[in-house]
Amino acid sequence: MTESTEKMTGARALIECLYREGVDTIFGYPGGVLLPIYDELYDADIRHILVRHEQAAAHAAEGYARATGKTGVCIATSGPGATNLVTGIANAYMDSIPMVVFTGQVPSSLLGNDAFQEANITGITMPITKHNYLVQDANELPKVIKEAFHIASTGRQGPVLIDLPKDITVQEIDFYYPDKVDLRGYKPTYQGNLQQVKRAASAIKESKNPVIYAGGGVISSNASKELLDLAEKIKAPVTTTLTGMGGFPVEHELFLGMPGMHGAKYANYAIQESDLLIAVGARFDDRVTGKLKAFASNAKIIHIDIDPAEISKNVKVDIPIVGDAKWILQKLLKYTESAQSEKWLDRIAHWKKVHPLHYVEPATGDGIKPQYIIEQITEACKDAIIVTEVGQHQMWAAQYFRFSEPRTFITSGGLGTMGYGFPASIGAKIARPDKVVFDIAGDGSFQMNSQELATAVQENVPVIVAVFNNGYLGMVRQWQELFHNRRYSATCIQNSVDFVKLAEAYGALGLRATKRSEVRPVIEEAIASGRPTVIDFVVEEEENVSPMVPAGAAINEILDLERKE
Amino acid sequence: MRHTLAVLVENKYGVLSRVSGMFSRRGYNIDSLTVGVTDDPTISRMTIVVMGDDEVLEQVTKQLNKLIDVIRVTDLKSEESVERELALIKVNSDVTNRSEIMQIADIFRARIIDVASKSMIIEVTGDDGKITAIEQLLKPFGIKEMVRTGKVALRRGQKSS
Repeated sequence: MTESTEKMTGARALIECLYREGVDTIFGYPGGVLLPIYDELYDADIRHILVRHEQAAAHAAEGYARATGKTGVCIATSGPGATNLVTGIANAYMDSIPMVVFTGQVPSSLLGNDAFQEANITGITMPITKHNYLVQDANELPKVIKEAFHIASTGRQGPVLIDLPKDITVQEIDFYYPDKVDLRGYKPTYQGNLQQVKRAASAIKESKNPVIYAGGGVISSNASKELLDLAEKIKAPVTTTLTGMGGFPVEHELFLGMPGMHGAKYANYAIQESDLLIAVGARFDDRVTGKLKAFASNAKIIHIDIDPAEISKNVKVDIPIVGDAKWILQKLLKYTESAQSEKWLDRIAHWKKVHPLHYVEPATGDGIKPQYIIEQITEACKDAIIVTEVGQHQMWAAQYFRFSEPRTFITSGGLGTMGYGFPASIGAKIARPDKVVFDIAGDGSFQMNSQELATAVQENVPVIVAVFNNGYLGMVRQWQELFHNRRYSATCIQNSVDFVKLAEAYGALGLRATKRSEVRPVIEEAIASGRPTVIDFVVEEEENVSPMVPAGAAINEILDLERKE
Repeated sequence: MRHTLAVLVENKYGVLSRVSGMFSRRGYNIDSLTVGVTDDPTISRMTIVVMGDDEVLEQVTKQLNKLIDVIRVTDLKSEESVERELALIKVNSDVTNRSEIMQIADIFRARIIDVASKSMIIEVTGDDGKITAIEQLLKPFGIKEMVRTGKVALRRGQKSS
């Protein structure tokens, strides 16, 4: 197919490329070298969300991508604008989220000259992008953008950065957008090897105690239906990792909860006692496996993953199948036979009964347990999108929210980025205005990007920030309590800010709950308000995330830490 | 164990740092790395010698393949390929020992490519063992400077993969 060419500047071409990629929203912050691009954006048919710190642009683009499956797009200026994106890019890279990142750059003639606001952002982001480009000729720009969207959204997804020297954006070109990408060094495998699928099917047939361990790959490949079908067909219990949460309905009888450090005891017991572990789009992260040598040591391991480099990276795999999870699960469904493993499911039911996830309600008074808030949010709005920051509240959200569909849990998994949740929730809400979006936050994490209240108010993005205010950097405090004799070095942040007033200062709604009986009403009020809202939940100060596998222990050596009153 | 990898890459700026960055980031050690353009000017060929067991080799190969600019990675097993390295050795010499050095060079089929009043430069090509051997023999005369190219290798027979 040939297209008639048209003369235009690089900046205009950029907008044309975004149209062709179906981009409707970008998150960004302008700057000197971006002036030609922002001038084009001024009347482009693309919504530009002005953030208050570039880091938030990257996180918001990621939240948008995770809520929809589309590629998120963000833009920042050269130098500090670009370096401020770095944390967000690294986060997307660790969690394999499709993102295209544009950065301004000083004019080509000044490159390498230590010019004003120059930073070598392609060099800086080399290890945290799937690929990156420094555009040297505007004529290449359409091809580069086409490739970037292709690379970001195919295979194992991830962020791709395009660095744009200013002169490129004003250079006139004959615009032509290629309709195909041909990269000889990049041919991701989608269809798994059928022989391997058949081997997996017979291993499933021989297995008495199978466990499915599903990760974020199930979400990226939109394979949750196939996962459910397979689990039901072979009667295998399913544990989903932090990033896989939502990939399997929490209320399903085969659901095991999350595995690993703060997983459910019964999930860890099931993995350790399994004779076959079917890993789907998961990467045997250290937070999941605990002591590697003792992990699922009696199990044969099937590993389904789109990235060949993940196979046998951490755990020796018996039956690797490289390809798209959805495709492979469909084929597995075809070749497996229905199975009944009643004895095994009975054992699991027993573990669930004896070792449920639980917490102890305060015996006296009307104090708020953080887990209770998650339960109340679930009851108030079961189909909400839950975004989190990083820390104790994140674990409680993963443990206690009753997810029923994919792309409703958005959290920083691999990198563990405090300050991620609030901007990501803005991105998610913009992508899914039909959904109620909560940012489950700690009082520490929220303060890392609370300036984005201005963005939420200006752009009228009614997300609800639920601050679990315990006056501590809670997860670190928990480790200090357990392993450093309660010496709370630099983790006490009591009374640092009045979150209600902070919200009001930005023109958002500020609410507070200090008693258990106030929890549900403020949640309802926030949902009904339709405004960006911060709820200050004053919670029990020293509540611990329980259970917990101490670092370096096997995952069945899991301890109860609940605080008895 | 030492492995020799032939890595075909796009002949573009920044590719060398993508490759070397991957090695350092993941903690793999490069013994030597050579790079040059191939008969196709859009493709460069790197010869990378890396230390490690089979698992390391597998991860290195997979991680290299993940780089968009890497086109193909081939493990060149020594029994199936020819390997060469070139070294230039500037050794102290004067009229008293010049012929002795020339004899050593002759044994190794090395060439004298520069002669000055107090030194000469020897060019030698071969595998690692040969270069190390001539280096040892020349050491007593005093090696003033030495440079090695690092290994290049090709698979024997008709095609390279």
